[in-house]
Amino acid sequence: MAGSLTFDSSSAAFFGGVRAAFLSVFFLVLAGTYVGLGALAHDFGLSIFWLTLSTLLVWAAPAQVILISGIGTGAALIEVALAITLSAIRLFPMVVALLPLVRTRDTRLRDLILPTHFTSVSMWVESLRLLPMLAPERRAAFCNGLSVGYMGAAVGFGFVGYYLAAGLPPLLAATLLFLTPLSFLISTARNARMMMDRLALGLGLALGALLTILHVDFDLMWAGIGGGTLAYVVHRVREAAT
Amino acid sequence: MSAALSDLWPFLVLITVGFLPNEIWRVLGLVLARGLNEDSQVVMWSRAVATATLAGVIAKLLLFSSGSLAAIPLSVRLGAAAIGFVAFLVAKRSVFVGVAIGEVVLLAGGYLFAN
Repeated sequence: MAGSLTFDSSSAAFFGGVRAAFLSVFFLVLAGTYVGLGALAHDFGLSIFWLTLSTLLVWAAPAQVILISGIGTGAALIEVALAITLSAIRLFPMVVALLPLVRTRDTRLRDLILPTHFTSVSMWVESLRLLPMLAPERRAAFCNGLSVGYMGAAVGFGFVGYYLAAGLPPLLAATLLFLTPLSFLISTARNARMMMDRLALGLGLALGALLTILHVDFDLMWAGIGGGTLAYVVHRVREAAT
Repeated sequence: MSAALSDLWPFLVLITVGFLPNEIWRVLGLVLARGLNEDSQVVMWSRAVATATLAGVIAKLLLFSSGSLAAIPLSVRLGAAAIGFVAFLVAKRSVFVGVAIGEVVLLAGGYLFAN
């Protein structure tokens, strides 16, 4: 497959990236997620401008869900910030794994700022799949095009969800809100190829539910650190055993 | 709180509580990208914590739903998520099929059992 995506110029690579975004399965996942987020933002009385800005700046659906529901339910802001930073830890290894693919010998640090900010689950998975097929000097442009395609779709579907929620009967509005947890659950399960990831997903669900029901403070933090560490330890023990 | 401040408040929260705690990990990745690879132990652990945190968010959203979704009984919400998940597994891990089936079940269950 190497070299199967060739572009004559950086702008051709950029638009090739945009096209790849619209054709990938993550386009549908983003549609579901951001229609749901739009409905959620509307429900909690935030403006569409605020939602759009949060998509451009935060660009991570889980963090945006925590932020919007945190503001909406009047949670302690320090707890919201902690939950967001915990949900964002995953971005760190993603950036670390992505940049070596995007970088060439001539790449300046500032050329990496956009790919760094654009890093999110959807963009990362598609970049790791597609970038090796491109010539190294076209990868940054392609990666930016892919991200702009995804981000544009997210902003657009945010509008759709926001204004649909305003005029929809309650049952249909509920199905829109349901898109967020449902598409998160299923796309996370799809990305969980290793046993450790599946275990982390299962433990996080169970611990998250338990701690929420018990009204434990910082429930998300404990679910994340507890469930994640346990999954990691099990993975290490199994690895050591083989 | 003055009117101007209460208008700006959500944006202030967006920057300080939403943007900065999230972006810091991307910036750290940019700064520390050298020397770490995808299989290193720190990277593996943080991936597990990230996945579990996301799962916690999902559980919370399903159990303590807000807005119109709160009017759908808990059993219908959990049942729809479970059936959607099974459909995803049966349909060779198709995200689209799983989400579509889960939504149809929620719609039907909500129609029949709405509070």
